[in-house]
Amino acid sequence: MLLIRCPYCEEERPELEFRNAGEAHVVRSADIAAESDEDFEKFFFIRANPKGITFERWRHVHGCARFFNAVRDTVSDKFFMTYKAGEPKPDLAKIMKSVPAAAPAASDDATEDKPKKPAARRAAAKKGDA
Amino acid sequence: MAKAATKSAAPTVARAPALAGRDFSAKGVRLAVLAPAERMALRAPEASLAALSKALGVTLPKAPKTSAGKGARTAMWLGPDEWMVIDEAGGDPLADCAKVKQLHSAVGISHRNVAISVTGPAAAVCLNAGCPQDLSLAAFPVGACSRTILGKSEVVLLRTAEDAFRVECWRSFSDYAFAFLCQAATDAAA
Repeated sequence: MLLIRCPYCEEERPELEFRNAGEAHVVRSADIAAESDEDFEKFFFIRANPKGITFERWRHVHGCARFFNAVRDTVSDKFFMTYKAGEPKPDLAKIMKSVPAAAPAASDDATEDKPKKPAARRAAAKKGDA
Repeated sequence: MAKAATKSAAPTVARAPALAGRDFSAKGVRLAVLAPAERMALRAPEASLAALSKALGVTLPKAPKTSAGKGARTAMWLGPDEWMVIDEAGGDPLADCAKVKQLHSAVGISHRNVAISVTGPAAAVCLNAGCPQDLSLAAFPVGACSRTILGKSEVVLLRTAEDAFRVECWRSFSDYAFAFLCQAATDAAA
């Protein structure tokens, strides 16, 4: 089970207590009536949905019930950090620096040779046997 | 608010609370449905806390997962501006809060909840059958409280002693929660 740190409860809690609440930092226009249809569509429907690092809203619904923001890798499901709602969007480069293991998971497109490796090892083992 | 706090005339029929009198025992765990109590859901900003604490007679805890108790009254931290206050001796926390002028929201939830006590050396093991939180004494000491889940239902958990928990669940979930705990107690004993 994933453990997610709730910034309000100040500790890690099991994922069953949480619920995802969509992309974070989607800002509603101050003058929504003056917004063009295209801009409103972008604000209302269009989401980044990246493969890799994403900024999301989460809710500790079965705990303190508060909304907060999280930085998560959609590939590895790893949570890099969580922060209170209303706090500024953290700098991605800084997060990557503080978590060295984060970099490969974020740009892990060069995994094509992975399936070959076990086969190669098997072939080597056979050679050794013979 | 003041109107809600005034008590109605003495009832003519005895109240029959949900699950009243049910209990269950297994090796190392004992389950019992606790007597009805006065409960209140309290939401208030930081600035109102001193006045509310004074009116209630209990200092509202500000740290996550902590509770404060005085006599039969317990105040449990549920969120950054949210508390549950329980009075087991018939005192009315709603009436106490009605006198407070500072901004707050106090809602009576006495009949919404049913309390189940889980006691015995295997109490934490029994609860962990459906509660994913770490209930070891280091992570969840005596007096710790938290809203969490038990199986499929939401509960509020309060550790009243090293081997005793109070489980507050919604009345409509109480049958499920009690049946779940009975099975968990049987499994914990095995």
